[in-house]
Amino acid sequence: MKLPTLNDNPFMKPVEWMALALLCGLIFCVLPLALDGFRLNLVGKYLTYAFVALGLVICWGYCGILSLGQGVFFGLGGYCMAMYLKLEASSVENTKIQSTPGIPDFMDWNQITALPWFWAPFKSLPLTLIAVVLVPTLFAFVIGAAMFKRRVGGTYFAIITQAIAAILTILIVGQQGYTGGINGITDLRTLHGWDIRTDAAKTILYFVNGGLLVACVLVAQYVKRSKLGRILVAMRDKEDRVRFSGYGVASFKIFAFCLAAAFAAIGGAMFTLQVGFMSPSFVGIVPSIEMVIYAAVGGRLSLFGAIYGTLLVNWAKTTFSESFPELWLFGLGALFIAVVLAFPNGLAGVWRQHVEPRLTRRPKAASPAALPQGAPAE
Amino acid sequence: MFGEYSLGDLGAIFAMQGFAGLILFSVYVLMALGLAIIFGQMGVINMAHGEFMILGAYVTYLCSGFFQAHLPGIFPAYFFLAMALAFVAAGLLGMVVEWALIRHLYKRPLDTLLATWGLSLILQQAYRSIFGAREVGVELPSWMMGSVQATDTIEIPINGLFVMAITVLITLAVAGLLFASRYGKQVRAVMQNRVMAGAVGIDTGRVDRLTFGLGCGIAGVAGSAFTMIGSTGPTSGQLYIVDTFLIVVFGGAASLLGTIASAFSISQTQSTLEFFLSGSTAKVITLLAVVAILMLRPQGLFTLKVRR
Amino acid sequence: MNAAILPGATAGDRDFLLAVEALTVSFDGFKAVNDVSFYVDPDEIRVIIGPNGAGKTTVLDLICGRTRATSGSIKYKGTELTKLSESAIVQAGVGRKFQTPSIYDDLTVFENLEISFPRGRSVLGALMFKRDAEVRDRIHEIAEMIFLKDQLDRRAEFLSHGQKQWLEIGMLLIQDPELLMLDEPVAGMSVAERKKTAELLHQIIKGRSVLVIEHDMKFVEDIAHRVTVLHQGKVLSEGSMERVKTDPKVVEVYLGH
Repeated sequence: MKLPTLNDNPFMKPVEWMALALLCGLIFCVLPLALDGFRLNLVGKYLTYAFVALGLVICWGYCGILSLGQGVFFGLGGYCMAMYLKLEASSVENTKIQSTPGIPDFMDWNQITALPWFWAPFKSLPLTLIAVVLVPTLFAFVIGAAMFKRRVGGTYFAIITQAIAAILTILIVGQQGYTGGINGITDLRTLHGWDIRTDAAKTILYFVNGGLLVACVLVAQYVKRSKLGRILVAMRDKEDRVRFSGYGVASFKIFAFCLAAAFAAIGGAMFTLQVGFMSPSFVGIVPSIEMVIYAAVGGRLSLFGAIYGTLLVNWAKTTFSESFPELWLFGLGALFIAVVLAFPNGLAGVWRQHVEPRLTRRPKAASPAALPQGAPAE
Repeated sequence: MFGEYSLGDLGAIFAMQGFAGLILFSVYVLMALGLAIIFGQMGVINMAHGEFMILGAYVTYLCSGFFQAHLPGIFPAYFFLAMALAFVAAGLLGMVVEWALIRHLYKRPLDTLLATWGLSLILQQAYRSIFGAREVGVELPSWMMGSVQATDTIEIPINGLFVMAITVLITLAVAGLLFASRYGKQVRAVMQNRVMAGAVGIDTGRVDRLTFGLGCGIAGVAGSAFTMIGSTGPTSGQLYIVDTFLIVVFGGAASLLGTIASAFSISQTQSTLEFFLSGSTAKVITLLAVVAILMLRPQGLFTLKVRR
Repeated sequence: MNAAILPGATAGDRDFLLAVEALTVSFDGFKAVNDVSFYVDPDEIRVIIGPNGAGKTTVLDLICGRTRATSGSIKYKGTELTKLSESAIVQAGVGRKFQTPSIYDDLTVFENLEISFPRGRSVLGALMFKRDAEVRDRIHEIAEMIFLKDQLDRRAEFLSHGQKQWLEIGMLLIQDPELLMLDEPVAGMSVAERKKTAELLHQIIKGRSVLVIEHDMKFVEDIAHRVTVLHQGKVLSEGSMERVKTDPKVVEVYLGH
């Protein structure tokens, strides 16, 4: 008998197409029909974190680089968007009671009399949209180039990224006049004249957000099934072998890290648009590491798992912290420990091991490649 | 920023801020020492280290209250007992944690990081449930208040000197323990070759448990010292974890001397800058400098070239 | 057959494929490799032998850039390798097999070979890489050579030790290096596997230079054109197996015990 070889490498396997269809059905039909405007907006907010989790699947799950600073990129993307919206909300008519009309209110409160130079580009929407992705990605590139070219990885990299998250938070909080400080950039109203505070606008933004998320899933899927995706896995396993097969290992790591940063940045910008503000509390150590748990709960190797993991953890957070605020931190802490000790492959791992075999009772000819990945070998 | 001060003033400022930074330095050294033992010797990232420190701080707080209420006669000496108890409490908790959690994860350092973060959340909430969300302060015995007048312009706080002395003692004890005792030899043997160490009859599990406990215990003592510079709240420890990790990495993870030198340079830079700039700017500059140096020299300041 | 010499090559390089000169590396003052010089001709099979700790693996590490030399030079077809990055050295045509099988456990045999296929080695190239007929045919051809034709869809993790060694050799073959470096290719193999490996090696060494570290003397005698003996980081002796075997210095430190 000749095995059907996986030499033909389809963009997605049938199972993955089904998962994508399910996800689209959930985001575009089930949730909008089942939830009221407020709850839908809440789900929209959760889904912006899913961008970060998606990036972490590529960067951490596939490439083995754990970044504890994803909030930095989420925040930078969000701040870029918020700066544009804030400038639009701070037109001369809107701010004529200020001592310097035409600049954001918090600048006026901090005795700043002219718009700082780095705010200037954010008067233009096209420049802003470019900056949303470009600024965080370039920042990730600089960090990645400095670290990976010098062969820094693993725990060191995690610590450094965490320190960067801490530094950026302190900086934003400290430079109140330029950044809005601890309150962040608030009171955002319109996007190019379109009021984003109305229910209709929020619904539209929800769908835009969902569309972008699906687009990012497809991009991630493309990367995952390309040779580059397999090189990432190979590097995680035997970095030296990849290097001595003629690859510049650092470039591939930088790529994975930048991709994750770009995803996070898009999420951050969508967060600002849907929630109507951006603040340092989404940048620092705590949110950054919480975003890691979303990916971990969903399954660090599963793109779809990351999205469901994000939704599940945030749903649990909202439910528990509303009714039992004390229990929530215990629960979250236990979740971190449980996911590491008992379910290293998260929901996706549980699905693959326990649910899928029951659904697909196919003969044993299924290729061994379908075995759960990352099963402990040693 | 130095323009408006004379040279003499500047000297005095540096000296004063230097001594004022003594406690911060001591807290850093003790925290980093514990972390360096755990990270350097065992390769484990303990994100809950700050919470172990805070446990020590709460123990000190409880002692202070207890002695004031029941044994006011020996209140002046309570701090010694508090430090010892802080060490024991944090050390015991550390050993329990090692047994329940860490020992399953030795091959997965990144996962330890996540698991201990989870632990830190649980501990924070536990502190909040037990001690309340409000920050608590510790009453110092009167002999520890005040300062020594070294020159006209330079004052040295007594509690700073006291904590400094304790830190030096603990550092020497740890160095002695690791480099001169039989236990220290076992620790280093396990660190270098776990399988072989087990094969020659070292109980590697026990060594790991003791080492982790020792690191956490020292963090507890750091918490005791911490009560002198800040009030204790459930999340106070989290603020220190990043700084401490940077110190350990900056010093070169395996070198105790490097850890101390790096704790000194970081605490003194920060303390000196704080006089001229706002606290947050000082912190940003210090941390940025450390991160920048680490990007250029990731192996830290004090490491040897070794064959990979 | 003569390998083409790069234009940059000087007269002093003659037509050596690899010229190692005065190579030294010290770790904290300990000289693991001390003033080692040797020359490999095109199509030559050179075996490096020597007791444990003689610096054999370190020499390979130095050539492929894994360890950086303290001093000395390594010229490959006239190009100085000591300054190049590891990937540039590979791309120049130097392939290296590690002592323990170094393959990607989480990928299939096919994917393992595919990653080593010398195309699409940049980030963009890897993203755009197409699994076309050329790639497939080459992988099938190599798989046939390394006795893994029926295992292409298997995860590499589940291969036997010998099969893993073959897979890594296959991964090198698909790179088609001009200089192939093998670190103990038959170590830890069963007798049957050893025989098959010798067969395989005989087949693949045609048309390229090979630098082998090996302890199995029968195997060495079988394949070596020349032998270099290392001892305590220095070259102790060099020449044909016959000559080296009778060299009293070698007998004393290595073969005599």
